[in-house]
Formats: sequence, structure tokens, C-alpha cells
Amino acid sequence: MKINHAKLRRKIRGRLSGAAFLAPSFLGAAIFYILPFGVVVYYSLIKSPLVKEFVGFENFTNVLNNSSFRMAAANTLKFSAVAVPLAVILAIVLALMLECKIPVKSQLRTFFLSPMMVPVASIVLIWQVIFHYNGVLNNFLSIFGYDKIDWFKSDYGQFPVVLLFLWKNLGYNMILFMAALNNMPQGLLEVAKVEGAGPLYSFFNIKLRYLSPTVLFVTILSLINSFKVFREVYLLTGSYPYESLYMLQHFMNNAFLNTDYQKLSAAAVLMAAVMVVLIAILFVAENFFGKDVEG
Amino acid sequence: MRKAIYMIGRGLVFLTALFFALVFVMPTLLTITNSFMSGTEIAANYGVVFSSLSSATTYISDQVNLKFIPDQVSFSQYATALLKSPDYLLKFWNSVILVLPIVVFQVAVAAFAAYSFTCYRGKLKEVLFFFYIILMLMPYQVTLVPNYLVAEWTHLLNTRWSIILPGIFAPFSVFLLTKFMRRIPVSLIEAAKLDGAGEWKIFSRICIPMCHSALYSIVILVFIDYWNMVEQPIVLLSDAEKQPLSVFLSQINSGEVGLAFAVATIYMVPTLLLFLHGEDYLVEGITYSGSVKG
Repeated sequence: MKINHAKLRRKIRGRLSGAAFLAPSFLGAAIFYILPFGVVVYYSLIKSPLVKEFVGFENFTNVLNNSSFRMAAANTLKFSAVAVPLAVILAIVLALMLECKIPVKSQLRTFFLSPMMVPVASIVLIWQVIFHYNGVLNNFLSIFGYDKIDWFKSDYGQFPVVLLFLWKNLGYNMILFMAALNNMPQGLLEVAKVEGAGPLYSFFNIKLRYLSPTVLFVTILSLINSFKVFREVYLLTGSYPYESLYMLQHFMNNAFLNTDYQKLSAAAVLMAAVMVVLIAILFVAENFFGKDVEG
Repeated sequence: MRKAIYMIGRGLVFLTALFFALVFVMPTLLTITNSFMSGTEIAANYGVVFSSLSSATTYISDQVNLKFIPDQVSFSQYATALLKSPDYLLKFWNSVILVLPIVVFQVAVAAFAAYSFTCYRGKLKEVLFFFYIILMLMPYQVTLVPNYLVAEWTHLLNTRWSIILPGIFAPFSVFLLTKFMRRIPVSLIEAAKLDGAGEWKIFSRICIPMCHSALYSIVILVFIDYWNMVEQPIVLLSDAEKQPLSVFLSQINSGEVGLAFAVATIYMVPTLLLFLHGEDYLVEGITYSGSVKG
């Protein structure tokens, strides 16, 4: 019985010091993120911060029926549906290119990562110079007889933003794919080569299979980053841009500026819910693929 | 013959990669080279795009000229930014005193948490770790509202603390550092325990030294992220005097394009140095962020 006592004491002490090490971080996260988010959830369920009357899902149905919310959600969906797959596929292509034995590889890698350090302000200026009505792109296109358009105030408004997104994120994604390609069992590829598999076969049947967890991770990461592109859109076009560029974040930002807490909290909770679902999918799939690849 | 095809193929791959790499680095180069153009040259080149650049006396080319190399190297924009208006230096300092404490304390707090996640694993810990990942992946738009509410309640709104405190407890470092630490062989920690090393000793003499490259790469990633922040200061610091240069820079009006390039170049210097000095660490850091499994 005595031994058990000592064991128990050690166990408790271990637990306590484990908790002590975690405490600063966890308390901070609780105070600054978790508890206030609880308040946001609460706000999304009441009538207003002054009239604290429980209204169920009324705020949510209001937001979902709001026409500017619908437009913003549709635009955001459209943007992500184009930008995210491109960010994944092009990153794989870049990683495969840099994987070939080509000269000055590490310098090229630096170039691809350079967008991480450029201040957003100078990007906004350069993008305006390129996509303005009198800008570089229109001058170039007019050589071929195309009419000038004001890109940011047209139905093609998302095109420059997709490019901006790709420019910002491809380098990071490429590094992730390069790491995954590095970890690939080389023996398997050798065997395939000896048995006469071409590069296309070995890419689609071997490499892609091993890359699949990374593909999934990069997809979700890019999806999250596609929400961050708002920073640039906002600086380029302000609070009320042309319709094609009115994103969910504009909706939330404007709700915030108008101190419309009900709309804002409901939208934030909806967004958080979507994110949690996505992250859960990521976890399940990573476990699934992980086993598949290991076994 | 086959070899020739192989070589040509490799050459094509190289040229394509080089082309894209140059496209990617172009905005960085443009920012730096255009910062050495005089105000008149900027007006001549970009006047058709930014109408506010024009005045009765300036010459404006009727076509936009996106030029890499200035006709005449001029330091006039730098002179304005550094000497004539103390605003920019002040804002630069604002950035420093916002970002440095965030980087230092976020990494420190994360080191303790990562140690806990590494050495005391259990069901509860895994659930908590999952929680951190969700928190890490939340978009700004979701976390900004809670941040704003807390700042309001604690009367920290419009003070630097409203940005620094949430920054310190942001979960990104915890996530990344935990993933690094969990790669330390368990046997090493067990052996130290058998030799009678206490918690603190194991933490400070084994885990921290073994993670030192990780710490460095996290510092770079966190620094880059906060150095270029825009949303948080706009929402939480209404007082323009306290805002970091990243915000101020994005609000320089388009009548001062040349000045904006010069200030942006100055602002890029710390990131550039970190980048050139620690690129391998940066790449390592990115690599480790590559999956959510611990």
C-alpha cells in the first residue's frame, strides 16, 4: 500500500507541474480568446447588448437572409473556389520543378518566398499601377486590340485579387510540398523507374498518394489564407468596393464599424462554425491518410 | 539522343522556374528601385494612374511606365522620410515597441506550454492541443471581435496593450514549438529524470537547447506576421500617434507614391535581414507547420 501512495503522489505532482507549465499560455488564451468568444456566441443569441432578451436563432436567420451577406458569401465562395485549387496545384508544379536538378535552386526558393516580406502598402501601389484603367495590363492588352477596362471596378475584379493571393501564398505552399517530396521513400520510386514507369505514372500513382496528406493540409491552409486577402482588397478598394469584390470580411467589417453587434456576432459564429468543420475534416482525413500511407 | 532530350527538358524546366521566380520577386525589386526615383520621375511615370500626383507644373507621361531602373538615382524620398518628417521614424519606433514584446513573450510563453504538451501527454492534453489548433486557424475576423470586447472591458482600448497582450497569447508558437519538442527522444528525458534532474532542469537544459533552431524559426515567422499587421491596430488603436508604420504606410495617400516606396523599403530592412540571415530556419519552420498532427 505504501508504494501505491508514493506512486500516486508522484503522479499528482507530475500532473501539477504539467499544468503549471501550461498555465500562463492557457490562462492568457482563455482570457483573450476563448471567454470573449463565448460572449460573442451569447451576443449572437440575444436581441441586443442593451435588451438582453434571448431570441434563439433570429440573428442567424436575419444574417442568412440579408442580401449583402448572401452576396458577400457568394463572392467569397467564388473567390476561394478559384484561388484555393490554383494555390495547391501551382504549388505542386513549382515544387516538382525545383525538385529537378536545376541550378541556383536555393536562390529561386528565396525569390518565391520574397512576397512574405513586402509591406502590404507597396503591393497595393504596384497592383494599382498594373490593373488601373490606365495601367500596365490594359496598355499591354490594347496592343492586341482589347478594350480598356477598370479591373477593380469590373466583373473581373476578382482576377487581380486571385493573382495577388497566389503571389503571396505560393511560396509557402511550395515549401510544404518540397518537404513532403523530400520525405518520400526513394526506394519505391527507384523500383518503379527500374520497372519502366514513366515520370507521369510515378507522379500520379506514387508521389501524389504520398503527397495527399500535404495536399489536404495546404488546401485548408490556403482556404484560411484566402480569408486574409481582405487586407489587400480593403486597401485597394475601401469599405464598399464594386459588387464582385464585396467579401464576407467587408460585411463583418462594416457591421463592426456600424456597431451592429448582433449581425457581427452571428456572422462570426457562422464563420467559426465553418472553420471548425473544415479543421475537423482535416484531422479525420489526416489520420485516415496517415494510416493509409504508413500501412 | 535520349540524353539530349533530357537536357533540353531540364533546361526548359529551369527557364520556366526562373521566369516565375523573377515574377515573384518583381514587387520587392520594384519597391526598392522605385524608392530611388525623384518625385518628378515618379510623377512622370505613374501620373496617369494616381491623378493626385499631378500638378500644373509636372510633366506626366501619357502612358504608365513601370520602370525598374530610375533615370537618375535620387535620395530625395529618403531625405523626406528620414529628415524632414519625424513622423515616419516615430511610427517605425511604434512598430518596434509593439512587435518586440509580442515576439519575445509569445515565444517564451509558448516554450512552457510546449514543454507541458510534450512531457505530459494524455487525453485531456490532446483535446487542449486540438483546441489550440482551432484557435490558431481562426481568421482575424473571428478573433478580432473577442479581442475588441476584452480591450473594452479592461479599458485597454486604444493602448498598445490591447495588441500586445492578445499577441503574446496567440497560439501559433505553441503549436509549432510543440511539434518540434515532441521530436526530442523520450529516452533522453527519461535518462535525465533517472539522474535526478528536476522539471526546471529538464526544461531549461534539455528541451530549450535542443529546440534552439526551432525557436529561431518561430521568431522569424512571428516577427514577419506582426511586423506587417494592419487589421489589429486599425480596430484597436484609434489613436493615429500610436499606430505602427505598417498601418501608417498603407494610409500614405497616393499623392506620395515615391515616398511610400522609400518608407516601405526602410520598413523592409529588418525583415530582409532576418530573411537573408535565417532563411534556412524560416524554411524549416514552414516545413514543420505542414501538418496538424503532433
